Amino acid sequence: MITLNVNGKRLEVDVDPSTPLLWVLRDSLGLTGTKYGCGMAQCGACTVHLDGQAIRSCVKRASDAVGRQITTIEGLSTDLSHPLQRAWIEIDVPQCGYCQSGQIMSAAVLLAENPKPSDDDIDDAMSGNICRCGTYSRIREAIHRAAEMKTAGRRAE
Amino acid sequence: MTYLLPRLTTCVCILFVILIALLLYSVKTDALVQRDDARAKAAFLAIIPVLKHPRCLNCHANGDFPRQGDDNHIHAQNVRRGPFGHGVTAQKCSACHQEENVAGLNMPPGAPNWHLPPPNMPMIWEGKTPGQICQQMKDPKQNHGKSVEGIVEHVTSDKLVLWGWNPGEGRTLPPISHDEFAAKFQEWAKFGAACPD
Ligand code: FES
Ligand code: FES
Repeated sequence: MITLNVNGKRLEVDVDPSTPLLWVLRDSLGLTGTKYGCGMAQCGACTVHLDGQAIRSCVKRASDAVGRQITTIEGLSTDLSHPLQRAWIEIDVPQCGYCQSGQIMSAAVLLAENPKPSDDDIDDAMSGNICRCGTYSRIREAIHRAAEMKTAGRRAE
Repeated sequence: MTYLLPRLTTCVCILFVILIALLLYSVKTDALVQRDDARAKAAFLAIIPVLKHPRCLNCHANGDFPRQGDDNHIHAQNVRRGPFGHGVTAQKCSACHQEENVAGLNMPPGAPNWHLPPPNMPMIWEGKTPGQICQQMKDPKQNHGKSVEGIVEHVTSDKLVLWGWNPGEGRTLPPISHDEFAAKFQEWAKFGAACPD
């Protein structure tokens, strides 16, 4: 039995501590927004946050996440109000959608550390998230849009 | 008789201090047997094939990005060195690299504190002569303030250095063992740490 802190909740899960975090999230906790693409840290579909940093949950042992804050796409906001979620809807980014929760989780870390990223900053942050539908240009546009919304939101406050 | 006692104690103390000093001196001179530039240079040259091996060179190559594989290709995912050598924003080294290798072929290798040298001290070995590598390695302004002893300590026990000899499934090993590698570094230091020309 291990205790994980997921999206602000303490949850007990009965798994082997070496189980990849991705399996725990999807199979034990039913948080299926996070996707399985490759299982070897090569596609980015399984990206979640661990203490605010983007990690590939397919290669992270569940026991390594004990005592740390895990955030999945389900916990990014409770009401789709995160600027990235709003920008994604506005620009209609997804095609099939499979890669998109990983894309948004990576983009969220980028914007948290760099509120006004250039195209190069976006490439450096996002190149590990593969989209087989090729929505890259809309992803780029939506990140710029979310950055604007964030700055505008801050100005309005 | 009792008036002699304090003097006797003083004498014993002085003798003791001299003895300790002599002992320390002999230990120190033993560490640096005697300067022998030819042997120091030869020891350093024996280290070079390890430093130029992909397991080491892939993080000590030109450019602000790591390499992969025995062909030193640019790391997939457009991974960057970043301001501290730990990657950038959503692509930090620790996004994928764990504290140990993930089991299996083509899985991410890992060791504690997986990173590149930082941009202000990039410690690049690619395209450099043995002499240039040696000078760079010895320069405290380029090596994080390390003394020669500090360098020997680093290559002997740093976990990321040691990873080179336990790189995970499917990855080739440097041409000599870690014990031989560390022994060559010790030899280089012992004979005065001269750099090849
Ligand atoms: S499933 Fe984790 S990176 Fe592809
Ligand atoms: S939207 Fe289909 S994989 Fe990205």
